[in-house]
Amino acid sequence: MNQENNQEEKSFWEKLLSIDRRIIFLFIAVAIAVPLFFKVSMHIPVTPIVRGVYDAIEELPAGSKVLVSFDYDPGSMPELQPMAEAFFRHCFRKDLKVIIMGLWPQGPLQANMALEEVFKDEDIKAKNLQYGIDYVNLGFTAGNEVVIDRMGHSFEESYPKDGQGTPLSELPLMKGVKNYDNVDLIYSLSAGYPGTQEWVQYAVDVFHVKLAAGNTAVQAPSMYPYVQTGQLAGVLGGMKGGAEYETVLGIPGIAVRYMFSQAVAHAVICLFIIIGNLAFFSLRKRKRS
Amino acid sequence: MSGEVVGVWIGAILTLGIFSFLYKDNPFYKFSEALFVGVSAGYWFVVIFWQYFLPKLVDNLALAYTELVTNGRIDYHWIYLIGGFLGVLMLLRLFPKVGWLSRWSLAFVVGTTAGLQFTRYLQSNGIIQVKGTILPLFVGGNLHTTVGNIVIVVGTFCGLIYFFFSKEHKGAFGGAARVGIWFLMITFGALFGYTVMSRMSLLIGRMYFLFSNWLGLI
Repeated sequence: MNQENNQEEKSFWEKLLSIDRRIIFLFIAVAIAVPLFFKVSMHIPVTPIVRGVYDAIEELPAGSKVLVSFDYDPGSMPELQPMAEAFFRHCFRKDLKVIIMGLWPQGPLQANMALEEVFKDEDIKAKNLQYGIDYVNLGFTAGNEVVIDRMGHSFEESYPKDGQGTPLSELPLMKGVKNYDNVDLIYSLSAGYPGTQEWVQYAVDVFHVKLAAGNTAVQAPSMYPYVQTGQLAGVLGGMKGGAEYETVLGIPGIAVRYMFSQAVAHAVICLFIIIGNLAFFSLRKRKRS
Repeated sequence: MSGEVVGVWIGAILTLGIFSFLYKDNPFYKFSEALFVGVSAGYWFVVIFWQYFLPKLVDNLALAYTELVTNGRIDYHWIYLIGGFLGVLMLLRLFPKVGWLSRWSLAFVVGTTAGLQFTRYLQSNGIIQVKGTILPLFVGGNLHTTVGNIVIVVGTFCGLIYFFFSKEHKGAFGGAARVGIWFLMITFGALFGYTVMSRMSLLIGRMYFLFSNWLGLI
């Protein structure tokens, strides 16, 4: 009888190890999809690394100029777009002037999408923000890190005109903005190369500007050492970083909403890892004995 | 039916087409994949032409030519001819007999990049990072910082020892190397965890698109 049970148990572990991967895909899909239908308010603690970004903006007086570099494309939207929207909300609430640019061709278009979303907010709409006075979009220019380097000497060298073809000299916001000396903070939203690392290497360490960043989760761990050394004021890492930022701002948005799905999916993955390990070690033990 | 609605439907159908590969390879997936590759290639061709080739090469050479014709002056914009020439050499890869000439362009790109990056990497990812690990091992009244500093110093030191192969990993040296490998494994684990989180985020984004923008259920 004991032997029979053993035999049954063995086949159970073996079955688990040879489970069809599509069953796991199904579990993950359900774990992600179902929580999207529920508005669960999760407790999201704000880490110091995210608070660094928040504080960097909070420290700026009204009218300060912030340069935002959109260095990503639609492929990274779920992670970076909520950060972009939250950042714009924060800046406009504090009456900061925003200069948008992109080192990726699709970057400035992502910025326009984020602006469109942010301008739907009643409190921001009430501010009657004007293009060219409160914000500008310089568009994309080719050259990767060379663009960052040249902007340290002159913005106009890299961007003689904005994204709509207006010369920089005709934009009221750009009057008096020659180079990094005339901006108070740079914010890099990045999904790879060129991105935050290049901003650190070519802007922070050469021209000593203050930089904060929002990165995809894949990229974020490579950026954390820059925070420890003071090269970065803070980093929003992936969707979780975006959710923390929305939380500290007090405007829970799409990233906070996504967090429940993220948490359930992670729990399911952890469960599968535990089951897989149990099955593996159990079978190994049996083989040895 | 507005353009936006059509776009959402196309996006949703193609998303499902790509997802269908998770079940098994099929013509619907193949079509979606081929369409994605084709559209991407076309998109990048247009971007490179309008954002790189035209403004950086053609416009600058036109300026140089205008200056020469109107004022009879050879100005610095002619320097863009070098870039154009190297670009043409790169295309010679398409002709096996003279394909070797493309190596000149590659050599220029590799050399310039190496020269440009060397100092920047050394400064930002070398010197400043080394400086960042020279920390006090005890900070009075701040246990959190003390522990953090010890972890950074020990982790860096032992991690470096692991990669030192001129001495056999035995005794105290071997022990430090083993501690180093633990730090490395924890780091790789954290990196993998972040990668999983990133991929889950992308999947959440797609699911939200399907349920919200397409089906309107959320």
